[in-house]
Amino acid sequence: MGGYLSADEWEVLRLSLKIAFWSVAGSLPPALLVAYVLARLRFPGKSLFDALVHLPLVLPPVVIGYFLLLLLGRHGPLGAFLEAHFDIVLAFRWTGAAVACAVMGFPLMVRAIRLSLENIDEKLEAAARTLGANRVRVLATITLPLALPGIITGVLLSFARSLGEFGATITFVSNIPGETRTLPLAIYTYTQVPNGDANALRLSLLAVLLSVAALFISEVLARRATRRLKGRDAEG
Amino acid sequence: MLKVDIAHRVGRLSLAIAFEASAHVTALFGRSGAGKTSLVNIIAGLLTPDDGHIEIDGEVLFDRARGINVPAHKRRIGYVFQEGRLFPHLTVQRNLLYGHDAAAAAHAPDLAQPRHIVELLGLEPLLARYPADLSGGEKQRVAIGRALLSDPRLLLLDEPLAALDAQRKDEILRYLRLLRDRMRIPMVYVSHAVEEVLQLADQVVLLADGQVVAAGPVEAVMGRPDLRERAGIFDGGVIIEARVQAIDAADGVATLAFNGGTLTVGRSDVQAGEAVRVRIRAREVSLALEAPRHISIQNILRGTVREIDTSRGDSVSVTIAVGAATLRSRVTRRAARALALAPGIDVYALIKAVSLERHGARVE
Repeated sequence: MGGYLSADEWEVLRLSLKIAFWSVAGSLPPALLVAYVLARLRFPGKSLFDALVHLPLVLPPVVIGYFLLLLLGRHGPLGAFLEAHFDIVLAFRWTGAAVACAVMGFPLMVRAIRLSLENIDEKLEAAARTLGANRVRVLATITLPLALPGIITGVLLSFARSLGEFGATITFVSNIPGETRTLPLAIYTYTQVPNGDANALRLSLLAVLLSVAALFISEVLARRATRRLKGRDAEG
Repeated sequence: MLKVDIAHRVGRLSLAIAFEASAHVTALFGRSGAGKTSLVNIIAGLLTPDDGHIEIDGEVLFDRARGINVPAHKRRIGYVFQEGRLFPHLTVQRNLLYGHDAAAAAHAPDLAQPRHIVELLGLEPLLARYPADLSGGEKQRVAIGRALLSDPRLLLLDEPLAALDAQRKDEILRYLRLLRDRMRIPMVYVSHAVEEVLQLADQVVLLADGQVVAAGPVEAVMGRPDLRERAGIFDGGVIIEARVQAIDAADGVATLAFNGGTLTVGRSDVQAGEAVRVRIRAREVSLALEAPRHISIQNILRGTVREIDTSRGDSVSVTIAVGAATLRSRVTRRAARALALAPGIDVYALIKAVSLERHGARVE
């Protein structure tokens, strides 16, 4: 494959995977927490909270990117704070791209995990308590393992969303080669220059390949996680 | 010993239940909707009652007035659910050890070897399997083993046979009798099936509409005709404690001795000397004023009419004293009139069917 892709294209691929990985890794813990809260707890203002979580799904990505710029840019309230106290700069960095992707993928991840949490028979958790397990042990040994298929699906959806993220990323962190130019941004760039068609096509095929691979891997993992729950007879 | 005195509202049902369970096996008996499952959930700590007091062996588990409510995972009460509730993502072995490992670490390092219970319940061949690959009966055996291995002070069984077919029921009942006879752990057995109560329990607490209707030894409570309507005991009749006197293997019959004489039953799968319970339904008992001859009925006992109850429907319930025992017969009004039945009259009770419930040889 080394001959198929140019050095620049390799750079784009490496960067895209890195950003997608960190956006998923960073958003998984809060997504688990939010999914649990939405699936199990009742509190006033829950529907407002639910709507807030789903906002990135319905707003134009450019708007999300612009809000992120306002909030986390070097002169934004949170951005200035992070830079002053922790020396963290997100604007126009690959880390900022990861944040944009994480925000865009967050509702997808929460939805998948929440669905599988809601499907868990709470009677199993009650049974675990009668066997001497406290809440933490019930969560770690019963709830989370039973929600695993949903967690895998959520991770995949969010990963795929990150690989394809365009609007929020370009608005928040721009299109800087080697820093924030991910796969979709690179394809867009190639279509804007003369004689870039071949490159754009090659990268598009690469995107198709990546998506299919991710889908396949998650399918295998989810099936493996579900199989035991349903028994041998249900297999296939 | 378990002491319960609680009040709780679930939907339209108000529970107000007080009882003490000191027997080895106490049955909570009643129709569905009587509040049995809510009651065991309250005992296990899965449901918090509105008011009351629960203690076990002197340790208070719940006391509204004193603000005590020990959480379920610290109560050390084993619970076998109607539907098994095995953890689908764990093998049978890891299901079994789920409560055992924590119990061994927390309070009982010399906990009975899992091996012992695995052997008792015949679980060895199942250890590597997942719950989805087990039959209903196997699932319940694993559930019973899992609860026992968590080293409970009390075992709650909430209609553990309800979801099983007749054959599986017998299989699990056999294991439950075995457990009762081999282990010292007290059990509270919830059921609405008379046969299960007769086979397993020493004491019974009868529940109806969230209240305790009667409580006491099984023979005394389950034979009471006045309770059958309220508690849903099938048919009037009596429960008699008997002992196997002799077995005639050639004819396939056994002779049972009880405190009113002897009974012959068509069973040879019992052992001489074994204690059994027999149930004689009122509609299986006919009455005659003279000893009938040339008749196929084997069990004909002589007794005296004690009481005649005409209060219910178109038939009459007759109570007959036979030796020190009591029988009950259900006859039509016309038959009662034709025989001029009245208290004090001597009659022959013709028993058409005797159902024998093995109670097992108790080691006490």
